[in-house]
Amino acid sequence: MQQNTNTEKDLKMRKLDAMCVNESRLEHKWYHNLKYLTIGILFGIVFVKSEVVSWFRIQEMFRLQSFHMYGIIGSAVLTGIISVWLIKKFNIKTINGETIHISPKTFNKGQIYGGLIFGLGWAMTGACPGPLFAQIGTGATVIAVTLLSAIAGTWVYGGLREKLPH
Amino acid sequence: MIAFLKQPWPWYVAGPLIGLTVPVLLMVGNKSFGISSSLRHICAACMPANIPFFKYDWKKEAWNLFFVFGIFLGGAIATNLLFNPAPVEVNPRLAHELAGYGIVNYHNLVPEDIMNWQSLFTLKGFLLMVVGGFLVGFGTRYAGGCTSGHAIMGLSHLQWPSLIATICFMLGGFIMANLILPIILSL
Repeated sequence: MQQNTNTEKDLKMRKLDAMCVNESRLEHKWYHNLKYLTIGILFGIVFVKSEVVSWFRIQEMFRLQSFHMYGIIGSAVLTGIISVWLIKKFNIKTINGETIHISPKTFNKGQIYGGLIFGLGWAMTGACPGPLFAQIGTGATVIAVTLLSAIAGTWVYGGLREKLPH
Repeated sequence: MIAFLKQPWPWYVAGPLIGLTVPVLLMVGNKSFGISSSLRHICAACMPANIPFFKYDWKKEAWNLFFVFGIFLGGAIATNLLFNPAPVEVNPRLAHELAGYGIVNYHNLVPEDIMNWQSLFTLKGFLLMVVGGFLVGFGTRYAGGCTSGHAIMGLSHLQWPSLIATICFMLGGFIMANLILPIILSL
């Protein structure tokens, strides 16, 4: 029982200011994570081949000079909406038979302030967090510094969190 | 087939593939798609420093670290096996503008003229890479997600806070790219 309460508390902490949370209650051996490694590899290849990770494409997007990025984000969202709708409609389970659960998001002012701050950084670096990893993979080693700086930014946010308006 | 894969992929191929990550992660292990949280897990794993925000069992989210390491490997695979020697084709208006700042090399996805190890120690490079990176890490966590967590996962689940976040991401980007970045690039 004690352990159960701790798990609940831990899940609540992990959900704080996060979109992507492990909702599964199953315990797996480490090598189950290789599934996510594989999905990540495929995802990274799509990122590079579609030039989503290109600084130039991001500049075009923010200058309304190309449809490319809007097409990608738009069709990705549309695919996601249809998929989530189908999962709910047919009550599709995970491959382990668990019911799929997605946490709803509550609004706080962080989504405005933080969103604007991230937007500024996105247009400077030409990368959101995902593309940073892919860019380093393409051989742009200096972007490792940008990634470390992003980790530092997250760390500073964690330290200041209680003092910031939410 | 390989020659076909080597070309840049059009949006109507890449977009749906990126969108499919949402149901695939859900169905493989009840995982909601998101990337910026990996930065938080790295903090929690490496330097929690007694900050409550980093005191949680990061091993439960280890899947996310495997996922982003996969993205890194995917970048390496795409570059080495599916390399496209043609430069990135951009809108001529952008090329004209960037040429004014001395950015003419389109052979990498990252503009090598301004983002390299030497330029890291110039004011321009420091602002673009170090300050920019900091804003990305700080802002995404403050917003509770990034383009993947909010714009793709959140909107897929029809969450209106994610729509607000996405609008703010775009607004911040428009302000930077059109009003502030020209000053930074002129440095």
